[in-house]
Amino acid sequence: MNELIYFFNYVVVAGSVTGCIYAIGAVGVTLIYSILRFAHFAHADMMTLGTLAVLLLTLAFPHAGDPLGLPTAIVMLPVAMAFTSLVAVGIDRAFYQPLRSHGVKPIVMVIASLGVTLMLQGLIRLFAGTGSQNLYVDARKEIFRIDVPGVTRPIILTEPQIILFVITIVAVVGLHLFLTRARLGKAMRAMSDNPDLARASGINTKLIITLTWVIAGSLATIAGTLLSLDVAFKPDLSFFLLLPIFAAAIVGGVGHPYGAIAGGFLVGFAETLAVFNWSVLLRPLRDSLPTWLELPNNLALVGTEYKIVVPFFILVAVLIWRPTGIFKGKVI
Amino acid sequence: MTAPSTQRPSTSDRRTLPIRELVLFGGLALVVLAVFATMGPAYSTRMLVEASCYAILALGLTIQWGYAGQFNAGIMGFVALGGFSATFFSIPVNHAFWSSDLPGRLGWVLLAMVVVTAIVFAISRLDRIGVPKLLRTILAIVAGLIGYLVVISWLRSVTGDIESQVEFIGGLGLPVWLGWIVGGALAGGVGYFIGHICLGLRSDYLVIATLGIAEIIKAFLKNSDWLTRGTATISPLPWPVPDPGQVGFLTARSLYLSVTVVMIAVIFFLLHRAYHAPWGRMIRAIRDNEVSAAAMGKSINRRRQEIFVFGCILMGIGGAVLTSFNGLFDPQGYLPLNHTFLVLVMVILGGPGNNLGTLFGAVLVYVIWIMSGPMALAVMHAIVALGAHWFDWQPGNLDSRALQARVFVIGLLILLVLRFAPRGLIPEKVAHHH
Repeated sequence: MNELIYFFNYVVVAGSVTGCIYAIGAVGVTLIYSILRFAHFAHADMMTLGTLAVLLLTLAFPHAGDPLGLPTAIVMLPVAMAFTSLVAVGIDRAFYQPLRSHGVKPIVMVIASLGVTLMLQGLIRLFAGTGSQNLYVDARKEIFRIDVPGVTRPIILTEPQIILFVITIVAVVGLHLFLTRARLGKAMRAMSDNPDLARASGINTKLIITLTWVIAGSLATIAGTLLSLDVAFKPDLSFFLLLPIFAAAIVGGVGHPYGAIAGGFLVGFAETLAVFNWSVLLRPLRDSLPTWLELPNNLALVGTEYKIVVPFFILVAVLIWRPTGIFKGKVI
Repeated sequence: MTAPSTQRPSTSDRRTLPIRELVLFGGLALVVLAVFATMGPAYSTRMLVEASCYAILALGLTIQWGYAGQFNAGIMGFVALGGFSATFFSIPVNHAFWSSDLPGRLGWVLLAMVVVTAIVFAISRLDRIGVPKLLRTILAIVAGLIGYLVVISWLRSVTGDIESQVEFIGGLGLPVWLGWIVGGALAGGVGYFIGHICLGLRSDYLVIATLGIAEIIKAFLKNSDWLTRGTATISPLPWPVPDPGQVGFLTARSLYLSVTVVMIAVIFFLLHRAYHAPWGRMIRAIRDNEVSAAAMGKSINRRRQEIFVFGCILMGIGGAVLTSFNGLFDPQGYLPLNHTFLVLVMVILGGPGNNLGTLFGAVLVYVIWIMSGPMALAVMHAIVALGAHWFDWQPGNLDSRALQARVFVIGLLILLVLRFAPRGLIPEKVAHHH
């Protein structure tokens, strides 16, 4: 049983945490893709930027969350979301909008988004230095140990993980309701299906584009902050997020928000399972194995240092066998 | 609207004297001379050699992006691969490794790898003899997984022994130019693999895949201590010309510069011929209008594959030459900013699809890049002095922050060029036939 609890702590919980983060990130990428038709590479840096905003606010008001009993970073989240959305809309107006009105190819937009990536990275490092910082300023991370009867090892959950699960569910349900019930959400889906038809039927496409950036910026801030609450804020956060998020968006089918959520969890769990040391689970069986079969100590599929190979492998596999993604995404 | 575009000036002014090029190159020569005057000849020659290595990388990108409209965001990976090859071929043989039983064991593991691959491949073809497809897929995955686990555990034990007994496997002690050629071939092989997967799809996928493969190559080189000594780095690397210890810095670097200049001249000549040959026309036709090129019976994916692999080969060679010149193989020293985005700026600023423009962009951007370090520090000190004066702002680790500011400038430069000079300073010349 101890092994199963270990498995639960290190695979189910860890995989869900990574999966939530990737899912929220991939939804943003996929929304931008379906409205603006290009792969927005600066998305992971928008996450970092949002987190930096949260960090600065938390440093300024370290005890704002105490009356509510929540970490200050969570209380500051709405402000940071608004800020990041503003920045995202500003970037669009300053850099993407002129290129769009010139009618450039999507690949040029991709290069422009790489330029934005560099700018954001430069700014973030200019203000935050290069070291990592904890989002719990003047506070302690609460850790819950849930004892399971008959087992010595407890199930471990931390406060940020629980908050992460709750907020992810709220965000996903909210997005679903928005896309299916709200007038603007329906207009957004119409524009993603056929921009010309949407424009012809009187949908304000400019408003939709702005809205897309607001949603993407907010989601990016949520994902980045929740991840940093669980570990720590690092300026090169985006670097480790970029490939998994894009893999998740492509696995789910580009331009397909629900697919992106599924893809996020798929990539998150695949990463966790691949670096998990399976020999831990097999250890109880060791005595009953035949003597010629010696169990190696390390049965992880890939070492932690090669974690980045997992999303890449998934990406390659999907591009080879099903380039439209599991849920049949858009134009290839 | 970069090179692959349809909006081109329809008026073709037939000047015999290329004024624009002459002025720009004259200005560049003045800049280089100014650097010579202020920083001394040894430093400036080093800068020129590095700029010429970057020019090879930029030529590689200009044929991918400028000729064919494919964007490669993983130049760093190909550079690192070339650098590894140059290192592996040129450094001295590690006799402790070859006299032990380790080469044999490593050989067996590699053989096992080949056998496992062959078995899995054979299983994946079982449906030809009537095995149901689902069963075949399951069998292939299970066999692949078990084979992978077995081989990887053997490999881990062998590489662990190599690291503990002989540190690393050493080099081959062969002439360095052999390593350069093999580096190009290795990079071309990886490029073939990536291109095979992505080139039939939307161009965005190529960007993601190249970004990913570059990081994987770097992670592999960084963590394979048995092969590359990892973070412990390898130095010195031999040069193909007499090194500074024998003839002094200036002479040695000048000799190296002459080697790279000859290489660039050869590459330039070949590219010039290829560009104006029917093959080059076909490539541009595919770039500018894929549908009509396909309607003319051109094999689009094969041509794309060819040009992508050629570009990667040039990047591998350029990376090998650059690493040899640095004299140090440090996998962590390959950075996306220095080895991918800098090259991108060189190409889009100089003129994608125009070899002369690319060369100009490479030298100009590299000179600015090298000089921007001290300039950024000076500007940063000034800003901080003001900040301390007005807001009592006291940032720590000032130097690293100043260098980060350069990242911002590079990003801004990319955006400005895309917006205001999408065809570069020396645009591609389009032949008009009336």
